Amino acid sequence: MKYIFAFIILLGFWLLFTFNLETHNLIVGAVASLIAILFFAKHFVKPVWKMLQPQRYFWFILYLIIFIWECIKANFDVAYRVLHPAMPIKPGIVKVKLNLKTNMAKTILANSITMTPGTISVDLIDDVLYVHWIYVSSTDPEEYSKKVAGRFEKYIKKIFE
Amino acid sequence: MSKIIFIILLSIGVLFNLFGCIGLLRLPDVYNRLQSATKCVTLGTCSILLSLIVYYGFNEIGVKALIAIPLLFFAATVAAHALIRGSYFFGIKLGEKSIKDDYKEVAGAAENKESKK
Repeated sequence: MKYIFAFIILLGFWLLFTFNLETHNLIVGAVASLIAILFFAKHFVKPVWKMLQPQRYFWFILYLIIFIWECIKANFDVAYRVLHPAMPIKPGIVKVKLNLKTNMAKTILANSITMTPGTISVDLIDDVLYVHWIYVSSTDPEEYSKKVAGRFEKYIKKIFE
Repeated sequence: MSKIIFIILLSIGVLFNLFGCIGLLRLPDVYNRLQSATKCVTLGTCSILLSLIVYYGFNEIGVKALIAIPLLFFAATVAAHALIRGSYFFGIKLGEKSIKDDYKEVAGAAENKESKK
């Protein structure tokens, strides 16, 4: 089951990259995908049936819209800090507690945090994410956990868990 | 019409790449510099790729540009994480303006675990 899914996804990517549907191209793509899954299928997502639930894709689209909005905001934020003559920065590394369980969800959340305003994830140890923040606005751990991770956590929980 | 959108997206992309480069020169230490290097440059490059999709339409070149966007996103974020963690282990101090460092107490243990692997 896992191997079939990995094969379909890899072949799909091959066809998108090469962009022709002739027979020889399909055969080369199939052989290449087979060799690739022989080595890497063990790293594929564990419970494959979770990929077939449609409500996850709905939440994913909603999450994507919010994420792109945050991403654009992040860019204007950085541009403002860089171009301001006095450079209003107050950097520091803060600890953020996560409520997520699976590794996949934690990875996606850490990647999202890197793209949001002023934050970049340094390291993930068990449940605690260490975040470098360009403007540490409060010293209360609960408040900044909410500010950094709270925006995405509920969506990622619905998509990946 | 599509040419106007193409030029607007291309200008936004180049402008944000420029802001990223200015940040790389102006900000004080390596951690803050990585902030501007990842965010501005990633969105700027994504915007340039989107302008390519608008210009060429949904054909061979447009699809490649569309696939490059998520790949670039994952590559940039993971590279930023690896660089920032590596420079912390290497012993580069946070800049003078920094007010907080929670990572100090666990960094030694994390580095030992890494070297044992």
